[in-house]
Amino acid sequence: MKTAVIVFPGSNCDRDMAVALRTVTGQAPAMVWHRETELPGGIDFIALPGGFSYGDYLRSGAMAARSPILAAVSAAAARGVPVLGVCNGFQVLTEAQLLPGALMRNAGLNFVCRTVPLTVANSQSLFTAGYKAEEAIDIPVAHHDGNYFADVDTLDRLEGEGRVAFRYAGNVNGSARNIAGVLNDAGNVLGMMPHPERAIDRAHGGTDGLRLFEAALGVLV
Amino acid sequence: MKVQVYVTLKPGVLDPQGKAIHHALEGLGFAGVDDVRAGRFIELEVADSVSDADLDAMCAKLLANTVIENYRIQRA
Repeated sequence: MKTAVIVFPGSNCDRDMAVALRTVTGQAPAMVWHRETELPGGIDFIALPGGFSYGDYLRSGAMAARSPILAAVSAAAARGVPVLGVCNGFQVLTEAQLLPGALMRNAGLNFVCRTVPLTVANSQSLFTAGYKAEEAIDIPVAHHDGNYFADVDTLDRLEGEGRVAFRYAGNVNGSARNIAGVLNDAGNVLGMMPHPERAIDRAHGGTDGLRLFEAALGVLV
Repeated sequence: MKVQVYVTLKPGVLDPQGKAIHHALEGLGFAGVDDVRAGRFIELEVADSVSDADLDAMCAKLLANTVIENYRIQRA
């Protein structure tokens, strides 16, 4: 199985993401620099990691969303290749309009860095099939711009179509309807602020993130 | 030619930074401030050949996120 981690200047969770992918697949992912225009042939899974791409200049994820590799990521997503964006990766996916809404400054203005309880809002997606419906899980967050915003019609549509993948169990950053992760309409693109790659080993303090990778990558094995 | 772009949050979008600035102004003793909204100001130096349509596309594609922001273009 071929996986890839997209690396932007300022990415800082790319190696953690690579460890998660290698742990689950047994193979090291391709680390693809943002200046590339093509992904490795036959790519099965793409991850956009956390970090501060381009120093969060203009808006978080704004510059990365216009980098050359994103055209290839968009094309792969349109073909149905699973794409996971975590934290800054989620911000990049919204800026690239692969996911609806926007991630604004946290309502409390503070950088939030702690493990938070989440609820699995949709346990049927290819990323969340390893969880039970409404299961409570613990995943770390670390972000300044995680306050999910979309207009009311979009929020209603996302909820009606089961495209809210995860919710915060309580208010973490002011996100509309406590949304922590959303899916695209085809269900093959997931963006989430919490870091599942930081919860795959008991030494991390929890392993609730592992099943996300196992489900998303397992369907491909 | 100088072009000035004003990017502001759409009405109805919560602005935690504006709120914090508002509180800070009150803390400094300034009375009578009803609301504060923070935005972004971008100044471009462009050739005369750059059209209004070009400028609009620059704003829509990059300078503003139209999910949450409005923009206003002013040729100086």
